[in-house]
Amino acid sequence: MTATPVLADSRSSAREQVEFGINVAQRGLWREAIYRWEKAVELDPTYAAAFNDLGIAYEHEGQLDKARKAYEKAIALEPNNANIRQNYDLFKEINDRAAQTKDKP
Amino acid sequence: MIAPRKPKTNRRLALAGLAAIVAAFTAACGGELFEVPVETPIPAKLDVSAFQRVLVAGFVAGGNEDVDTNQETVRLLRSQLRNKSGMRVIDADPLQLVEVAQEQNKAATAAPDTTTPPDGPSVRTATPADTAAATALPQKIKDEKDIEGYDRLFANTAYWKRIGEEYQNPLIVTGSVLFAPRTSSGLVTRETEVYDSLGRRRVVPTRVFMERKGFMLRPKFVFIDGRTGATISSLSRREEVLYNAQNETPALSSYFELMDRIVPDCLGTLSTQKIKGTRVLIK
Repeated sequence: MTATPVLADSRSSAREQVEFGINVAQRGLWREAIYRWEKAVELDPTYAAAFNDLGIAYEHEGQLDKARKAYEKAIALEPNNANIRQNYDLFKEINDRAAQTKDKP
Repeated sequence: MIAPRKPKTNRRLALAGLAAIVAAFTAACGGELFEVPVETPIPAKLDVSAFQRVLVAGFVAGGNEDVDTNQETVRLLRSQLRNKSGMRVIDADPLQLVEVAQEQNKAATAAPDTTTPPDGPSVRTATPADTAAATALPQKIKDEKDIEGYDRLFANTAYWKRIGEEYQNPLIVTGSVLFAPRTSSGLVTRETEVYDSLGRRRVVPTRVFMERKGFMLRPKFVFIDGRTGATISSLSRREEVLYNAQNETPALSSYFELMDRIVPDCLGTLSTQKIKGTRVLIK
């Protein structure tokens, strides 16, 4: 009986972090956004949107491995979310190119 | 007075219900969406941190006489590197590498390698250099086979070390560029307008036989350490463009069209590239 309010509370705190992260990311403060979204996924590890946003921020900062993991977690949590899927597809295209560049002698 | 207001209230209630459904649906689909521009950095393939300067030395070029491919490639790469790399770009006349390679080839043929064993007469031994020298380089480069013969120039570390010393040990970018005309004929799919008996217009794909002409560009970029003369890396690409046979596209504009597709890869070897795009943040 107590589990539900606790979960709702975590989601609500995580949501606040996500909102703040979006606000700062829109102003170009991606590192602050990463800090907020990392907090959000810590508070609520089932929050797909937070993982999606974190993936975008890592991508923007060139942390491609971390970005891939965040996107994949977001997709695992919400496999039918078309927006997450689209972000991931666009990221994958770039990530594959970067990997190709690394592999070439 | 009360009766006419009733439907309004009902409509308001219906709208509120609809809004609630939409909000719930949006929340179920992942909440509010915010499109943001992103720039994903792709790290450079080569670690060029040891070099402060870059010399785009020149290219073995051929295939077309309308475009000075050596000059144009040097100019294009220098301007791109000036804008997109942290290195200082050295301004110097492009080397005429076809002539350099021809001279080196002649010198290798004229000076056979002789060794004198301590207890015997001088003995002529065949070396890999001799074998290479035995293959004469074509004066005029027409195709890929012709240009491949010149590749051994890039392995001449002594020559490139000397060039490096002359320009204070920069990173050297050189290579070969073949830019040659291409013709092709065959079936291609085109969209054709057709009108039915009622005069309605439709666009349908049709297969038509076409004569096409254009150009092929095959650059090979070689990156050389100016301190040692050794090749650090190389990058080969091949692109072609074909137009309708009646189309009179100038060779130079085709050259730039093809180079546009290739240059990002070359720059990506030396400097971090930023890929611009948009992503959707979700609340």
